[in-house]
Amino acid sequence: MLVALLAGLLPFVKMSLVVNGLVLASIIGLGAIGLTLIYGILNMANVAHGDYMTLGAYVALFFAGTLIPALGAEGGGIGPFTFGYPLLVAMPLSIAAVAAFAVAVDRLIYRRLRERGVNVVLVSMASLGVAIALRGLVQLIWSGDVQRLPRESREVWRLPMDVRVPPDSLFIAVVAIALVAATYLVLSRTKMGKAMRATADNPDLALVSGISTQRVIQWTWVMGAALAATAGVLLAVFQANIIPIMGWKFLIPLFAAVILGGVGSPYGALAGALIIGVTMEVSTQWINPSYKPAAAFALMLLVLLMRPRGLFGPRQ
Amino acid sequence: MALLEASEVVAGYGETEVLHGVSVVVDEGEVVTIIGPNGCGKSTLMKAVVGLVRVRSGGVAFRGAPIEGLPPERIVRTGLCYVPQTNNVFPSLTIRENLEMGAFVREGDYRTRMDEMFALFPDLTRQPNRRAGSLSGGQRQMLAIARALMLDPVLLLLDEPSAGLAPAMVSTVFERIREVNRAGVAVLLVEQNAWEALRMSDRGYLLVAGESRLEAAGRELLDDPDVARLYLGGRAT
Amino acid sequence: MDLLGIVDYLVGFAIMAGIYAVFALGLNVHWGFTGLFNIGIAGFFALGAYTAALLTTSSPDAAQFEDFAFAGNWSNLPLLDWGVDAWYVMGLAAAALCCGLVALPVGYVTLRLRDDYLAIATLGIAETVRLVFLNEKWLANGSKGLYRIPEFLGDVVSPGAYDYLYLPVVLVVLAVVFVAVQTAVRSPWGRVLRAIREDETAAAASGKDVFRFKLQAFVLGAMIMGVGGALFAHHVRFLAPITFDPLLATFVIWAMLMVGGSGNNWGAVLGAFVVWGIWSGTQFLPGPLGEPSFRLFMIGVLIVSVIVLRPGGMLGEERRTARGAPQAQAVGEG
Repeated sequence: MLVALLAGLLPFVKMSLVVNGLVLASIIGLGAIGLTLIYGILNMANVAHGDYMTLGAYVALFFAGTLIPALGAEGGGIGPFTFGYPLLVAMPLSIAAVAAFAVAVDRLIYRRLRERGVNVVLVSMASLGVAIALRGLVQLIWSGDVQRLPRESREVWRLPMDVRVPPDSLFIAVVAIALVAATYLVLSRTKMGKAMRATADNPDLALVSGISTQRVIQWTWVMGAALAATAGVLLAVFQANIIPIMGWKFLIPLFAAVILGGVGSPYGALAGALIIGVTMEVSTQWINPSYKPAAAFALMLLVLLMRPRGLFGPRQ
Repeated sequence: MALLEASEVVAGYGETEVLHGVSVVVDEGEVVTIIGPNGCGKSTLMKAVVGLVRVRSGGVAFRGAPIEGLPPERIVRTGLCYVPQTNNVFPSLTIRENLEMGAFVREGDYRTRMDEMFALFPDLTRQPNRRAGSLSGGQRQMLAIARALMLDPVLLLLDEPSAGLAPAMVSTVFERIREVNRAGVAVLLVEQNAWEALRMSDRGYLLVAGESRLEAAGRELLDDPDVARLYLGGRAT
Repeated sequence: MDLLGIVDYLVGFAIMAGIYAVFALGLNVHWGFTGLFNIGIAGFFALGAYTAALLTTSSPDAAQFEDFAFAGNWSNLPLLDWGVDAWYVMGLAAAALCCGLVALPVGYVTLRLRDDYLAIATLGIAETVRLVFLNEKWLANGSKGLYRIPEFLGDVVSPGAYDYLYLPVVLVVLAVVFVAVQTAVRSPWGRVLRAIREDETAAAASGKDVFRFKLQAFVLGAMIMGVGGALFAHHVRFLAPITFDPLLATFVIWAMLMVGGSGNNWGAVLGAFVVWGIWSGTQFLPGPLGEPSFRLFMIGVLIVSVIVLRPGGMLGEERRTARGAPQAQAVGEG
């Protein structure tokens, strides 16, 4: 019904906002898929997920903005994009760094709590501590000031229907689609991916099937953090700046997408991200743009009121 | 030497103790049924054996080696597989994927074994890519048993395989269990449907309030007038 | 620093610690006793503070506030001129009421669902409240903030001596809140809350309407936080959206409760004074150690360490063994 309502509104909406919304949605989607996997498999709300995005952006900034230029490798621009080759090198490095960080945090903190058999909310609580500490660490290393990725171009594409998009939007969408496809393949084709879905479905049955929960959890962090790091880099490209609080602020759309799609469902998270992303951008046609997060929040509450298990979750 | 020997097992959840020292023995190739009223601890005993519930005292030995305290993923590698009463398939996975997960710890190719399972449970062959969540109760139970058999266990633990099934389906499920047993797999069964189960069992145990009350051959338990009156509810099926 | 300076500093310190203690008690109602995961304390903090400030601040001077068009200016109303600052108390009550009114519908929607949905909901409240006070300039003067929030009792004392007047006020309010919370959690109502926190299914099975109890606890905690916000507004006497940064308006309070001992009201108060002491003390540390970023990092580390190493905090949960029930033995088990 909601979808029909949105479709009905389409003719009255500025196309450029929809396009922007889709770009935003692809970033939300990457973050939300990781968040929902962690949610489903570890049964915890990873409040630090936004800050993993922040870390991803800053690590990429370090490589693309500091280390690679310092090494004297002047990348130069790639076609019409604002960024140069260094960012393409920095992205996988950032993914690896954030994934390693997430696995280490799990070993050091969450695993101990799980082994003690504590309430899952306490584990989420610990992730709040991780979020705070991580933000402090980021500020300590990179300062709290606004930073920018090196900017090589200022081109804007003019498309029909009065749509103007920076070429970066295309890059963001392509990277996001590629990663979503990769995630789909991992989850549906690999043994570990299937084991992850199995554990999310039924943790006890996974245990008595001989699936090593510890390994599943480790790979879940690797995937979730990799997607978060990518989302962080893409967000930095999208909003053309990097600040320590960017990830924390992004938690609301991330969780809204996860909840809309039904906790634990990666495909639901993706659909939720599309709805949230487009709603946030299109809402600016009528309301003050700074209320975008509030629009996402309101939509989430509305859906929870009508369908507590999310739009695509099981009815019950 | 017994295949499975649980002796004086004490276990429970949180502050409540459910089992106060239960002993059960299963020999190789046997079918053993545990009967008893609701809440007597039958399912808890199963979970304690496979490591889902911690054994607080007493011991569980499988093929002579102690397994109590091991994590479930280690226990299944020893050749002991378990089918829970409810939530015993992965609903969002396909039939094929469910079987694959059953073989998670199996080294090498599991496809031959999967074909054997499809041969044993023909109901599953028609749509191997169907999601387990959309299967009927009976099909789900077959899939759950097939999943547990993927590792080629020597002992299969079944928790109420006939619960909630249509009568026609119940006999099919029991027929399959018999076939599994004929192939040499020992079966430890917990059943509400005690008549049917005891009839095909070598031995049976009566569990009451977390303690084993009686141990006898399957037919003997059936014929015991007190057992029949108190715990079989006199409902012959 | 001369002696008077030190006393001045300590009084200022005690006021802030006392205000934080009120928040820690509110959070204790949420987390410590009921297990509700509120990561948007800043929302209730800001809402309470702005409510009290808007109702008591005098009408704006058009020359100073170009956009600001609304103020209650209760303090100048003659209606309640009883010699004491009745309007101050009304401001506190209104702050509590407002927070309760926001908590009620959001709690109603989310508390039936998974425990951690509330976390996201409180985060959403915090962000929405912040955005409203930032963007609705007519309401609260936007990012420039509200100033000249009246002192308690108007201008009876000189601004330099105000802290000495205000500290007893904070301590009295803290004492009232403390007694109220302590009474509530020791009542049968409080026992149900703890039963829910320990085992929701069991509490529901014994016929308790889990949702209603949770909702009541959520609203009560939010109202206490509103009172804390109002106390704060009349202390600093200047509010801007940036005042309610999650660090000082949410995270620090979590650290206080966890360090002091969640589930223990004495622990909440002790934690507020200890953590605020560490927080204010470390700003005098040399070099990078005194930097806000480092302190932010340490707050996070502190929360995680308490959870992992000493879940009970300094005081631990108050274990009250009911007559005949050997509850204490359960601690060693598991």
